[in-house]
Formats: sequence, C-alpha cells, structure tokens
Amino acid sequence: MSAGRRRRGARPPWGLVPLAALALAFLVIPFLALLQRAPWSSLGDRLSNPLVTDALRLSLISAFAATGISLVIGIPLAWVLARTEMPGRSLARAIVVLPMVLPPVVGGAALLFAFGRRGLLGGPVYDGTGFLLPFSLWGVIAANTFVALPFLVVTVEAGLRSADRRYEDAAATLGAGRWMVFRRVTLPMVAPSVAAGAVLCWARALGEFGATVTFAGNLQGRTQTMPLAVFLALESDRDAAIALSLVLIAVSLGVLVPLRDRWLAA
Amino acid sequence: MLRADVRLRLGELDLVCDIEVGDGEVVALLGPNGAGKTTMLRAVAGLMPVDEGSVVLDGAVLDDPAAGVFVPPANRPVGLVFQDYLLFQHMTVLDNVAFGLRARGIAKAEARSRAAGWLDRVGLAAMAGERPRTLSGGQSQRVALARALATEPRMLLLDEPLAALDARARVHVRAELRRHLRTFSGTRLLVTHDPVDALVLADRLVVLEAGRITQQGTTDEVARRPRSDYVAELVGLNLLTGRAAGEHTVVLDGGAELVVADPPPGPEVAVAVRPQAVALHRHRPEGSARNTWPARVVDLEAGHDRVRVQLDGPISVVAEVTVAAVADLDLAPGAEVWASVKAVDLGVYER
Repeated sequence: MSAGRRRRGARPPWGLVPLAALALAFLVIPFLALLQRAPWSSLGDRLSNPLVTDALRLSLISAFAATGISLVIGIPLAWVLARTEMPGRSLARAIVVLPMVLPPVVGGAALLFAFGRRGLLGGPVYDGTGFLLPFSLWGVIAANTFVALPFLVVTVEAGLRSADRRYEDAAATLGAGRWMVFRRVTLPMVAPSVAAGAVLCWARALGEFGATVTFAGNLQGRTQTMPLAVFLALESDRDAAIALSLVLIAVSLGVLVPLRDRWLAA
Repeated sequence: MLRADVRLRLGELDLVCDIEVGDGEVVALLGPNGAGKTTMLRAVAGLMPVDEGSVVLDGAVLDDPAAGVFVPPANRPVGLVFQDYLLFQHMTVLDNVAFGLRARGIAKAEARSRAAGWLDRVGLAAMAGERPRTLSGGQSQRVALARALATEPRMLLLDEPLAALDARARVHVRAELRRHLRTFSGTRLLVTHDPVDALVLADRLVVLEAGRITQQGTTDEVARRPRSDYVAELVGLNLLTGRAAGEHTVVLDGGAELVVADPPPGPEVAVAVRPQAVALHRHRPEGSARNTWPARVVDLEAGHDRVRVQLDGPISVVAEVTVAAVADLDLAPGAEVWASVKAVDLGVYER
C-alpha cells in the first residue's frame, strides 16, 4: 500500500464531477429561485388563508388515502404478478405501468368514462344509488390512486422477485400454509420494498394534478388539492402560488427525508 | 423407512434416482455439484414434485403422479435443514424454532416453551432472544436443526449441512452434528459433496453423478472399492479398469497388464491402488514388485509431508512419495522414471 493519500469512499473519475455538479445545480436552482421570490413578510397571513389550509388538508387526506388503498390492493397484485403463471400476465404488467407513462389528463378522462355519471360502471351505480365518484373527495382519491398505485405495485413486485424464495420453502417444510407463509415470511422479507413503494406512491399522489383536475374538478374545499391551488394561483396571485409551493415542498421534505435513508439502506 | 424413486427433469438435469433409507439409518447422498443431490432432497420434502416414480415414507405415499397423489410440503412429516440454514431474519431465534409449532396451530406460549426446550437441547438456550444474524455459522446450524426437529418429523433431511462453515468450525460442528443426528430416531438423509462429512456422518453412501446413481454401499465399501473416477478421486485412490485375463492377471483398458495377488472375481474388473503404494525409481527396479512400467512425470503437487506425483505412461496413476524421494529422484515435470506396485497392493473387484 502506498504511504500517500488514503481515504474512505471512492474517488470519482474526474469526468463525473462536473456532470454531477450540473445535475445537482439543475435540481437546486429552481428551488432557490422560488425561495428568492417568496413573500416572506406576508407568508404567515397567506398560509392561514382557508384556500391554503383547505388545499393542504385535501392533499394530505387524498395522498394518504391513496397510499392506504394502494397498499391494500397493490401488494396482492404485485404478488400475483411476481409469483403466478396466470395467462396474460405480461399484458397485465404492461397495463399496470400504463398510468406511469400516460399523461395524467388521459387517465382522468379514462376515469370519467369508467366512473362518470354516464360511465361504464358509474352510470349503473348512479342510477341505482345516486352515488357519484367524480367531483368529490372520493374522486380525488380515485384519481390519486390511479396514478400512484403502479409505483407501489412495480416496487413491491421487484422486491418479491429478488426475495429468496427458499425462505418460503423453509416455512412450508415447517408446516406453514400459504397464508401463513405470506404473512409471516414473505411480507416481512419484502417490507423494505413495501416501504419504498409506499413512499413513492405517496409522493406521486401528493403531486398529482392532471387526472385530479380532469376527474374531480377544481372546487375549493372539496376537490382542490395543493397542486391545483398552485396552478390557479399562478394566474391570479403569484405570491400565493409561491406560498403554496413552499408548503408543498416543506411537507414533501418532512416526509421524504426521514424515510429516504431507511429506504436506501434497505 | 423412506423409499424415493425419483425421476424428474429440471433444466439441464435429468434425475433418475431410486433410494431407500431404513429406519435409524443415516444415508449420505454424495456427488459433485449439479449432480441432482439437492433436487433429490427437494423432491422428498415436496418442494419439487416428481415427474415419475414415487416417494413413500413409513408406508404413506407422499408423491405418486401415476396415482394422482401429492402431499404438499406443509403436510409431510419431514424436517429439512437447508445449506445456508435460512433462519428467518426478522424473528428471534426462539420464534424461529417455535415457527413450525405455531404453524401446526399450537398456542404461542406453549410453542415458545417447547421451542425453548429444543434450544436447550442444542445448547443455545442463552441465545433465545437474539436475532439470527448475531449467531455464528455453527450456532445457526444448531438453530436450524432445532427448528426442523421441533415439529417432531419422522424424517430429517440435511442439505450440505457443513458447506457454509469455514474449515476451523467444520471439525467441531461435524462432531456435534454427528452426536445430534444419533439422538434423532427417525430416518435421516443428508446431501454432501465432502467425502469426510459423508464418512463421519453416514452409515451408508449413495453416490450420485449427473443425475444417476453410480455407486452405493457402506462407507467402508465405497471408500475401498470406488466405482467411478469421481469417487476414486474423493477417497484418494487410483482407479484402473480392465478385464480378467487369467488366474492372476488383469489386462487394463489401455492394454497394459497387471499381476494381482487375488484372482479377479469376474470378467470386468476394477483395480484400486493407493498412491502411497506406487513406488518410483530412477532405473528399472529389480526387486520383488511384480508390476513395473516406465512413466513420465506430468505434475507435482505438494501435500502435508508428501508429494503427489501425476504420472503418464502405459498406466496413468498418481504416486505419493516423500519430499526426500522427490529430491533423490530429481523429479520434475517431464522427468522419465520407473513406477512399480506390488501385486498385494492392488485391490481387485468386480465392476
């Protein structure tokens, strides 16, 4: 070993450093610009405005609800996609990622055709019960779930595929039935993937705009989430838009930063 | 008693293996990597259904595709200790051992107290509350053994039980495992590629190569009379094959003749020679050895205090000589020497 420089961690090839710096700058500068334009003196008043508090409340409710629903139905779907040999599985997997690549507005329109007042399913339900999904908080949650669910499914499916299935074999030889194997062995094994998927899912739901505005509309106090309020405020009151954005950034960082290290470590 | 007549295809592997393991017997499946040993265990445990054949344990049919019978692994009275133990990392050691009892519907407190008893038996009561990752390899193996035995299976399967351990731990764990295996009264089948493990732990060996049984018998029999190059190499013998050609003569497949002390027992015979019995000389020997031939040194390999000399010639064998002999004879790759073996040092048996 040379007596010269010894250090922990890898030294990057020289060409990477300027590119890495460029990437970081590209991500940081817009936020700095936002902070620089922030109306710091009137921030307190603006944040206590019902427009902001309503939007924040709706955003948090819908993002958490969408994440909860995604966990309940997404983990089973991920399991089926990862573990079974059902026919048409590759088609199913393509459809699962479709909402990730599709413009959310298209997703919102598709939701309308499915669950709207005259929709494929929404029509009969409305005629029978008078219940309408669009333009309600349930509509916001549905739109959020539609775009965010794939993030959970894809992440958990990848976790299931990389998990060592021999642990499940071990559980089976010990007498565990399929449900017990899933609950006591499989699920704890993929817990890091479930956590990562839930975080991605939540983040995607929180930022959701296109599907929400198309399917649930933009009604303050009922369906207007933070991104919608920001977009609207940009037209009329730029300072309000910046204030809303700052809240959104603070909430996102508050949730993501503590989770990020745990999830990257896993 | 286990009777497993397993025929199955898996990727490149075409496994045809029919074995019996008697009550109270320890059988080792010995073979190189990829021979199908682990697949055989998985078939017995029910993790891999057989394509054809059957698995019958103590008279109960566990797998028989022709009869439409397949008992899933969870319902087989079979305990399996995996090569890398596969302890559940998210549970304590105690809960790992209690897992099988819980799976059988035994209440948590009862399962834990029985599990604690099993941990005590393998000398790990003090580790009950630990996570598996804090255990050494030998300790992990004992926990895996306790976990498999806790459900009181009628048959115990062990997949390469010592392969995950370093050389220092092996000796100790091997002796301990032998002791634990002796206390289990059911049928025991283990898989290994290490002849020492097989000889120490098992009563009987079944040698599996490329999906086929090439030899079976008591450990002693297999060690003295190898029937394949693989086994011969494992037990450190030279294996020569040929035909009987008279009362005391064997003609090897290469054409060379050997004089043997015992009459060949059949037309097709194998001759086993210990490397230590092969003597090397600089000139043609005049002594009592009945078999001599010229040979060329191909390679030298240093052992503890002896040197293994790979010879090429009319009879290709490995000789094992002292370091002094290497110096005296000036042995090096390419050197021309004479080799000799006494007739009494040739073990002749039917192929």
